[in-house]
Amino acid sequence: MSESELEAHFPTQNMVVNLGPSHPAMHGTVRMRIELEGETIVKADPEFGFLHRGFQKSAENGTWTQVLPYTDRLNYVSSLMNNFGYLNAVEKLIGLEIPERAKYIRVISSELHRMADHLTCVGAVGLELGGFSAFLYGIEARELIVDRVTELTGARLTTTFGRVGGLNRDLPPGWTDVVLKTLDKISSLAHEVDGLLTRNRIFVDRTKDTGVISAEDALDFGFTGPCLRACGVNYDIRKARPYWVYDRLDFDVPVGARGDNYDRYLMRMEEIKQSDRIIRQAIKQMPVGPVIIDDWRVALPPKPEVYGTIEGTMAHFKLIMEGVQVPPGEVYDSTESANGELGWWLVSDGSGRPYKCHVRAPSFALLSGVTRMIEGQLLADLIPTFDTINMIGGEVEQ
Amino acid sequence: MSKFALDRVTAALPTAIVERFTDRAGGEWGVVKPEAIEDVASLLRNDPELDFKLFVTIACCDRLQLPVAEPRFELSYVFGSLKRNEQVRLKVRVGGDRPEVPTISGVYQGANWDERLNWDFYGVRFTGHPDLRRILLYEEFKGHPLRKDYPLRQRQPLIPERPIKDLFRGPGTSGVA
Repeated sequence: MSESELEAHFPTQNMVVNLGPSHPAMHGTVRMRIELEGETIVKADPEFGFLHRGFQKSAENGTWTQVLPYTDRLNYVSSLMNNFGYLNAVEKLIGLEIPERAKYIRVISSELHRMADHLTCVGAVGLELGGFSAFLYGIEARELIVDRVTELTGARLTTTFGRVGGLNRDLPPGWTDVVLKTLDKISSLAHEVDGLLTRNRIFVDRTKDTGVISAEDALDFGFTGPCLRACGVNYDIRKARPYWVYDRLDFDVPVGARGDNYDRYLMRMEEIKQSDRIIRQAIKQMPVGPVIIDDWRVALPPKPEVYGTIEGTMAHFKLIMEGVQVPPGEVYDSTESANGELGWWLVSDGSGRPYKCHVRAPSFALLSGVTRMIEGQLLADLIPTFDTINMIGGEVEQ
Repeated sequence: MSKFALDRVTAALPTAIVERFTDRAGGEWGVVKPEAIEDVASLLRNDPELDFKLFVTIACCDRLQLPVAEPRFELSYVFGSLKRNEQVRLKVRVGGDRPEVPTISGVYQGANWDERLNWDFYGVRFTGHPDLRRILLYEEFKGHPLRKDYPLRQRQPLIPERPIKDLFRGPGTSGVA
């Protein structure tokens, strides 16, 4: 800054602002300690952990099945994907192949929750940039999905659905027809959101070329999911290492170019449409059959067996009291959740409890990249950046 | 799966990998000497044929109660290569009262926070780390809670907790002073 000799010297210093922990734009409870020079962010230091619940310590002190309710609370917007991601890793560790129908139901319900996650994120972006109507349409669509999930699992958000070896229950009668009708309604609501935001002058000005991150940096920070694809990197675990039945379904992976907030928003809007396609195909292809494997060392016996035979009673008792006996060993396995790679490093010592249960939460990497994305930017750009990475407090803070 | 990558690391740095094994799901692991992890990581990332550009995770396990308990801490590193469509899994084993591993945050920026997380919960020091603070817990916290010898029910409140009558569990001191 060059000062003319004649101008009076005006001493300035950087100002430190605390954004959060309780701030509507800081999803969950994150405190951002921001050093400002005028309106420009010089340095940002996120402080989080206010939601730390000791997930890993609790998991190590429960049986393999008892970990399941804790996984609901990781990403509480799309809990089914956490449930199934965890179960998938445990099944890999045991070496189980789950029944076909269970795979299809996992795909359908995961994709429903992916839509819910993206709708919530997109709605929140709209809301925090001043467009309340977009939020209402997004949340209306999400509520419909939550209703379907309630019919399926019995809970709105904390689903605890699925068991090691398959699922704990089959679809309710007539559920798939209601899902198809719901998809029609959701696509019309998503179309409304699209109409309100995608070509909205104010929205585009706030999001385009803000919060930019290069593909190289994004990979370096460990970005995955829509945020990585927005940078132009075509990486989706559903395509790269297909699990369940994703290799039999025809869907596209949207890839962006600029890595800014607007691209991340577009990725999510397109993925909602792709999830719609996946669900429709999966419902058509889904076979009838059992939803859980018939092995009483892993899955609970049917209730008539438990109450009618001594073998059933014993298997039930041993599974409940001791847990699934997972052979000693370890595995790192990952699935594509709404925000990216949800990885599990599980270590078993051969008892009924996980010896170690590490979760690689996608949002953790995304949040670590936020400082890079906002330093040197305006304070106002922090809000859309923080929104579009869709950081979920539950999984970052475990 | 990542046989090629581990072979190539062995060819370039013959003493770095001390052990290799395959886990139950078919994933290949390489156990790396602690002092070599930074070289191995930078080789994996910068070699044009390997191209492990995607940082995935760093995790730690306290092996105190396992049959093989020495060295006590086992760090596992996972990196991804989009070019080769595979993940490489590495391990570093350290023990002692002050377990120390060289940082790889100079190689992968994402390692910065993962190393802070492992310092926070396991007390593994990453030498050369630019900012080794606790990440989820508060600075006043004593001990490292994911170590197996840290009691499950131990509490260390910042302010005194009010006693709450609760028979089995729940917040507070359960009526006991």
